[in-house]
Amino acid sequence: MTNVLRRMPIYVLLLILVAAFLIPVYLVITTSLKTPEEINLLEVWRLPATINITSFQEAFGTLLPYLINSLMVTIPATIISAMLGSVNGYVLSKWRFPGSNIIFPLMLFGMFIPYQSILIPLFQTLKSLNLYGGLGGLTLAHVVYGLPITTLIFRNYYAEVPTEMIEAGQIDGADFFGIYRDILFPLSIPGFVVVIIWQFTQIWNEYLFAVTLTNTESWPITVELSQLGAGQAINYSVQMAGAFLTALPTLIVYIFLGRYFIRGLLAGSVKG
Amino acid sequence: MVRMTKDRWTAVAMITPSIILLGIFVYGFIAQTAWTSLTNWGTPGGAASLAEHPVIDFVGLKNYQDLFTGFNPRFRLDLVNEVFFTALFLAACLGLGLLMAILLDQKVRGESLFRTVFLFPMALSFVVTGTIWRWLFAPNGGLNVLPSSIVNAFSPNSPISPLPFEWFTSKSKLLTMHWHDVLTIVGVAILLFMFAVASTYWFKRRNLTVIFVVVLSSLAGVFIIGGNNIPSFVANEVHGLNVAIISIVIAATWQMSGYTMAIYLAGLRGIPDELREAARVDGATEFQVYRYVILPLLQPITLSAAIILGHISLKIFDLVYVMAGDGNLQVDVPGVNMYLTAFRANNFALGSAIAMIMLLLVAVIIVPYLYTSLRGEKHA
Amino acid sequence: MQSSKRILSVVIALALSFVALAGRSTVNAQDTKLSGKLEIMSWWVGDEAPALKALTDLFAKQYPDIKLTNSGVAGGSGIAAQAVLKTRMLGGTPPDTFQVHAGQELIGSWVAADRMEPLDDLFKGEGWDKKFPQGLIDLLSSKGHIWSVPVNIHRANVLWYIPANLKKWGVDVPKTWDEFFKTADALKAKGVTAIAIGPSWTQVHLFETVLLSTLGPDDYVGLWQGKVKFTDDRVKAAFTTYGKILDYANKDMDSLGDWVPAAQLLVDGKAAFQVMGDWEAGWFKAVKKMEPTTGFGWSAAPGTDGSFDMLSDSFGLPKGAPDRDNTIAWLKLLGSVAGQDAFNPLKGSIPARIDADVTNTKLYNAYSQSAAVEWAKDKIVPSLWHGAAAPDSFKNDFVTVLQVFAAQRDADAAVAASQGLADLSGIGK
Repeated sequence: MTNVLRRMPIYVLLLILVAAFLIPVYLVITTSLKTPEEINLLEVWRLPATINITSFQEAFGTLLPYLINSLMVTIPATIISAMLGSVNGYVLSKWRFPGSNIIFPLMLFGMFIPYQSILIPLFQTLKSLNLYGGLGGLTLAHVVYGLPITTLIFRNYYAEVPTEMIEAGQIDGADFFGIYRDILFPLSIPGFVVVIIWQFTQIWNEYLFAVTLTNTESWPITVELSQLGAGQAINYSVQMAGAFLTALPTLIVYIFLGRYFIRGLLAGSVKG
Repeated sequence: MVRMTKDRWTAVAMITPSIILLGIFVYGFIAQTAWTSLTNWGTPGGAASLAEHPVIDFVGLKNYQDLFTGFNPRFRLDLVNEVFFTALFLAACLGLGLLMAILLDQKVRGESLFRTVFLFPMALSFVVTGTIWRWLFAPNGGLNVLPSSIVNAFSPNSPISPLPFEWFTSKSKLLTMHWHDVLTIVGVAILLFMFAVASTYWFKRRNLTVIFVVVLSSLAGVFIIGGNNIPSFVANEVHGLNVAIISIVIAATWQMSGYTMAIYLAGLRGIPDELREAARVDGATEFQVYRYVILPLLQPITLSAAIILGHISLKIFDLVYVMAGDGNLQVDVPGVNMYLTAFRANNFALGSAIAMIMLLLVAVIIVPYLYTSLRGEKHA
Repeated sequence: MQSSKRILSVVIALALSFVALAGRSTVNAQDTKLSGKLEIMSWWVGDEAPALKALTDLFAKQYPDIKLTNSGVAGGSGIAAQAVLKTRMLGGTPPDTFQVHAGQELIGSWVAADRMEPLDDLFKGEGWDKKFPQGLIDLLSSKGHIWSVPVNIHRANVLWYIPANLKKWGVDVPKTWDEFFKTADALKAKGVTAIAIGPSWTQVHLFETVLLSTLGPDDYVGLWQGKVKFTDDRVKAAFTTYGKILDYANKDMDSLGDWVPAAQLLVDGKAAFQVMGDWEAGWFKAVKKMEPTTGFGWSAAPGTDGSFDMLSDSFGLPKGAPDRDNTIAWLKLLGSVAGQDAFNPLKGSIPARIDADVTNTKLYNAYSQSAAVEWAKDKIVPSLWHGAAAPDSFKNDFVTVLQVFAAQRDADAAVAASQGLADLSGIGK
C-alpha cells in the first residue's frame, strides 16, 4: 500500500506534464474544427459546437501545391543524401588513408554551422547556376548540407561492424565495392531507416533555405504555412488546420517509426 | 605512413565528391561571407546590392563597428536577448528533461506512452510550433484565459479573471544595465575564462597556453577599452532581460525538452543497477542516491546536451520569426536580424557581418566539443 | 499627261501610306490581337483583392487572349511581396510588372540598380504629362525620367471612428492631440481603449502623422530634404506625444497580425479611434458592408488638417520583362480614366488622374469624394512608411528606433539615432 502511495506523486507529476504538453494539441484540433464565426479569443478553450471540416478542406486546398513542392524536394534530397552518407560512412569507418582522421571532424563541423553564415554565397551560387528560385536549387542545398549528419550516422553505424567481417571478405578476394555490396549494404537497412526518417523530418520542417531560395510557386509547405498567418484578415481555424496538416507527415512517421527517429536524434550526441 | 593500396585509392575517390562539395559549400562559402562582411555591398551609400554588376569596395571592420557602436541598436539588443534566451532555454530544457527522465526511470507503467507524448514536439517544424504558440500567447486569449475557462466550465460566472501576462508583447526589462556595462562584463568574463583555462594547462602545454592568454587578453582589452571609447548615446543604451523572451523560451522548451529527456533516459539506463544498490546498502536515501551517485555520472550527458541545445539556440530564426514577426525588438535574435538585413534591406555586407558573429559564437562552443569528443574516441 | 498621272499616283501612294502609318499607331493602341501571358506581382490579395479584380476583369475584356496571373503575396504595405519580388529580380526572372509605391521605394532601389525601363515615351504618347498633378509626376521621376504609372492616391493621415459608438460614449472627434488626450481620459473611465494600433509598420504610420502635426507640412517636407534636422525640438515633441498616445492604446498591438485586427476593434466597440490610411474606407465598405458617414466616420489625423500625406501605388516596367508588349498594354490601362475609375472606387482610394470621374456618386462614395476635394486643395506631403519620402534603408532602421523608444521613452536618444540614420541613408543629400 505504501508503495502505491509513494508512487502516486510520480504519476500525478507525469500526468500534469502530459496535460501541459498536450494543451497545444487540444487547441490546434478544436480551433481547426470550429467555424470562423465561432472563433473568439475569449472562448478559445471551448469545444466546437459542431465538427466542421471546412477549415481542413480549405487549408488542404491552399496547401496542396506546396505540399507537393515539399515532397518533390524532401524525397529526392533524403534518398540522395542517405546514399552518399552511406558510402562516406563506409569509407570513414573502415578505410584508413592519409588525412582520414581530419576529414571526419571537418565534415562534421558543417552540421553545426548556422546556415546564415553560408546563405548569401549559397544564394549567389545558385543564381549563377540558374538553380535559384526553383526546387532543384533547394534540393541541392539540402543534399549538400545533409551530408555531415548522414555521414555521421552511417559512420557510427558501420563502426559497430566488426573488422573481422571485413577482413574475412578481403581474404575472400572482395575489393572496395565488393565489401560494400556483399557485407555492409545488406546490414545497412536499420541505418538507412534511421537516416531516411531523420533527414525526411529535418528537410520537411526546414524554413530558412525554404524561404530564401525559392520563388512563390516553389515554396515548400512551411513557407506557405507562415504566409497563412500573414495577410490582413487571419482565419484562425484555417491557420490551425494548416499547422496540423503541415505537421501530419512527420507526425505519422514519428508515431509509427518513432524508435528509429529517436536513434537519429541521439546520433549526434551520445557516443557509442 | 599508410600504404596506399588500390582499394584505399578507391576509398579516397569515393569520398572526394563529398569533400569537394562540403569544401565549397561550407568552407568556401564561409570564407566568402567573411569577405563580404568586410565590404560595402548593399550598405546605404555603398554599392547598390540589387544591380547586376555592383561596384564593391573593401571597408575593413566598419560593418562590425557599426553593429557594436552604430546608430542602430538592433544588433546589440539581439545579442543581449540571445545570451538570456540561451541561458534560460538551456536551464529549462535540461531541468525539465532531467525531471521527465528521472520520472520515467521509475519503472512506471505506460512508459512508452509518456515518452511518445513528451517527444512528439521534436517531430514538428519550428514554423508549426511558432504558429501554435503565437495563438496560445495572445494576450487577450489563449493561455491567459485557460484557468478562467476551466473554472467557468464547472461553475459559470465565477469571478476568476484572465491572467494578466503580456507574453511576447511585454515591454518590461529586468536586470537592466547600460551597453557600456555589458561590454565591460563581457571583457571581464573573457579574462576569467582565460585564467581558468590557462591555469589548468599552464604546466602541461606552455607554448599553446601563452598564445591562448595573449589572444584572449587582447580580445578582453578590445571590449573593455573599446567600451570606454564609444559614443555616449550608445554607451548609455539600456539593455536587460526582456520578459518577453520567456514566451519564446516556453515554446522552445516544449519543442526540445523531449530531446534532453531521451538522452538523460538513455544515460540513466546506462548506469548499472549495482551502483545504485551499493549506495542504498550503504544507507543512502533515494534522494542521496541521485545526488551523489547518479547526477555526477550524468555530467558528460549534460555537457553534450548543453552544447547541442546551445548551438541550436544561437542560430534560432524560424521560431522567433513566425511567432513574433519581424518588428518585435523585445524578442529579436541575431538569426532573424541577419535574414531581414540581408534579404529585406538588401544589406548583404552587414548581414554577412551578423552571420560571421553568429558563426563565431557557435564555433566557440562546437570546436572544443568536437575536438575533445573525437580525441576521446581515438583514445578509446 | 503621263507625268501628271505619275504625280497623282505618287501623291495617292504617299497619302495612302500616311493613312496606313497613322492607322497603324491607333491599331496598336487597342491591338486586341495581343495574346500570351502577363504576370503581375501585387500584394492586393485577400481583402484588397476586389479592386484589383475590377482592373483585371477590364483588362480581360479588352485583351481576351492574354492570360493574366498575379503572383503576389499578402501582407499590409507589401513587405512580404517585396521580398518575393526581390528573389525573382535577382534570380533573373522578373515578373512583367510589379506593384511598388511611387517615390523613393522604387527609385532608391530598382531604379538605382538600373533595372527599370524609363516610361517617358509612354507618358508622352498617352498625354499623361498633363493628366497627373505635377507634384505627383515629380515624385515618380528621377534623373529626368519617369519610372512608374500611378494607379491611385491614398491618404495616410486619416482618423477613423464609428459615429454610433462615439455618440454612445458621448465624445467628440478630436482635432488636435491635446483634445485627443482629454477624450482619451474620458474613454478610459468608460473602459474603452482610446486608439487602436497594429504591429510594427502601423506604428511608424501613426508616428509619421504625429510628426506631421508637430512640424507642419512645409517643415515635414523639409525634414526629408535635409533642410530640417531630426534634432529639432518639434521632432522631439513628436516622439514625446507618440509615447503618450501609446499609453492610451491597445496593449496587444504587437501580437496583432496587421492593421485589420486593430480596425476590427473599432467595429467591435472595443476601441474608439484608429489612424490609418484610407484603404480602411475600402475595407469598411467592401468587407464590413458599412456606409460612409452613417456606418463609419473620418477626419484628418489630429493636428494635420490641411495636409495630404500621400502615397501612391504604381506599376513599372522592369528590364527583361518576358511579355513587354502585354505589359505596356496593362500600363496603358492603369493610367487610363476607365482603369482608374474601375479600380479606385473599390479600393477606397482616389484616382491619380485629375480628369477622372470623381463627382460621379455611382462610382465614388462620400469618403472618396471628400478625399478628392482634399487632394485638390491641401498641401501634399510624402508618406514615410509608404515609400514616398525616404529610401527603404532608413525606413527599416527607423522601425527599430521607434520600438526602442516605445520601450524606453527616451526622446533624446531617439532623435539622435534618427538623425544618425538619416545621415547614413543619405536623406537630403
